[in-house]
Amino acid sequence: MDIFGIPLQAFLGQLMLGLVNGSFYAMLSLGLAVIFGLLGIVNFAHGALYMIGAYVAWGSLEYFGLNYWFALVLAPLVVGAVGVVIERTLLRQLYRIDPIYGLLLTFGLALIAEGIFRDHFGVSGQQYPVPELLQGATNLGFMVLPNYRAWVIFASLAICLSTWFIIERTRLGAYLRAGTENPALVQAFGINVPVMVMLTYAAGAGLAALAGVLAAPVIQVTPLMGSNLIIVVFAVVVIGGMGSILGSILTGLALGLIEGLTKVFYPEASSIVVFVIMAIVLVIRPAGLFGKEA
Amino acid sequence: MSAESASARRGHVAWGLILALLLAAPFIGLYPVFMMKALCYAIFACAFNLLLGYTGLLSFGHAAYLGLAAYVTGWLVRSAGWSPELGVVAGTLLAGLLGLAVGLLAIRRQGIYFAMITLAMAQMIYFVFLQAPFTGGEDGLQGVPRGTLFGLIPLASDVTLYYVVLAVFVAVFLFVIRVVHSPYGQVLKAIRENEPRAVSLGYDVDRYKLLAFVLSTALAGLAGSMKTLVLGFATLSDAHWSLSGEVVLMTLLGGMGTFAGPVLGAFTIIGLQNFLADRVGSWVTVIIGAIFVFCVVAFRRGFVGELLAWQQRRKGGPD
Repeated sequence: MDIFGIPLQAFLGQLMLGLVNGSFYAMLSLGLAVIFGLLGIVNFAHGALYMIGAYVAWGSLEYFGLNYWFALVLAPLVVGAVGVVIERTLLRQLYRIDPIYGLLLTFGLALIAEGIFRDHFGVSGQQYPVPELLQGATNLGFMVLPNYRAWVIFASLAICLSTWFIIERTRLGAYLRAGTENPALVQAFGINVPVMVMLTYAAGAGLAALAGVLAAPVIQVTPLMGSNLIIVVFAVVVIGGMGSILGSILTGLALGLIEGLTKVFYPEASSIVVFVIMAIVLVIRPAGLFGKEA
Repeated sequence: MSAESASARRGHVAWGLILALLLAAPFIGLYPVFMMKALCYAIFACAFNLLLGYTGLLSFGHAAYLGLAAYVTGWLVRSAGWSPELGVVAGTLLAGLLGLAVGLLAIRRQGIYFAMITLAMAQMIYFVFLQAPFTGGEDGLQGVPRGTLFGLIPLASDVTLYYVVLAVFVAVFLFVIRVVHSPYGQVLKAIRENEPRAVSLGYDVDRYKLLAFVLSTALAGLAGSMKTLVLGFATLSDAHWSLSGEVVLMTLLGGMGTFAGPVLGAFTIIGLQNFLADRVGSWVTVIIGAIFVFCVVAFRRGFVGELLAWQQRRKGGPD
């Protein structure tokens, strides 16, 4: 069976790949939005943290024989700790000044991380094997679905939705949202805002690392994987607007799908389609699809 | 004599000395190709400073305009047989045109979104260059001839070309000073200091910002065109986001919102890269990143800004 002259199997395969990419966009733009909400900083280092997450997974298998499931726990913890250090030593000096400095500082951090990893591992990619449990594929009748890809989509959706739940439906999330609106007032009510800010950055970093581990078996693990992704994620964030958690998740997934579709019908444009959509959204809805910018 | 005019006179003496040094550079053992490269990036940084330093807009994609002009000039001079001056003019104009298109989109959002949009658009342009037939893909455009300026002056000699580049640089430098001191430039500063106020005073802020963006991108294009003539090639790295970051660093390190700052920053960074290139390998990126972090945390005024603040303190004025 064909769809517009493309075999159905290839078509659905590309759509799945698009959804996989979309789930990375969703996880990363979610982290960016949460960090931006509370810290007022656009975290350029988000891509680097994602890259480090993937390297923690690869390194713990290569050097310590720790498997994928360990890495899934270890990487967010390690990268979250890196996040704590970054926030404590550097970011907290910038909260009272123009937000562009936060972008520049984290850009510098991304360069440092990328340079160190490039020096150590070179630019060529490392292969990370698909964990045994998720190898192989399931025949659904109309398509053959690789198990790992299904797992990535499932896991990242679960992670995104639980993040949404924590922020929108729990007491902790209420503090967080209140801190975004008015940190001084929240502090006056006895919440330790600086610690909350620190943990938020760490959680955002951990989320990026988790995305990195999930990505490790489907892409090449390279020092440049983060920077290439983060710029697309910025476009995703501009399209969705950083105001809404569910908005970021939906926008991320949808853009991944659209990118996958473009790969089927007009592969030359697949690397720029997200940016083109950003331009169109800026023309018709400057605040972004879910934005509430004045 | 008042202190004001004394310090102004010291300023003029300093400028005279720097100009004399630049004029004498080829004869005192400074490698002309390095000097030309640094001057091209100084033009780039001055153009960028017009936007960040005097308008308060952070464009994180300025390499796209430098890259576009580099390719346009390279292609016109090499493949279409244009003269170098026409190639440079075409590169500059097209960069300004691209700036107009991106600027129209980017000024629809404020603050940090402006930076993200310009970065994303620049990345799109980078991917277009990667696939377009006229850019030579990964290899770039190689072997661009320098040609003959106005059909009279052959540019093959490094020293001749050096003086051409120096003249262009001085012209750009004076142009930026003129723009900043004009009534238009004063409005730009007002926008930087307090945009809502400028709006309430009745200025059409978007048009001012857009013009500043177009001017800045056109001058960035001029820098790219000159660079292609100097080095004889245009490659993808001219349009890469890392160069967009470097020009921010040049401006920040030298002192944004000062005239000499970006020039000093460009010479420092290009000199540093030149010095480190074959010594430390990938650590260049790490060092550049570390300077970035240092500047943002502890050195936000940059060389020239710190110097001015120090002078201010010595005079006992407000810091």
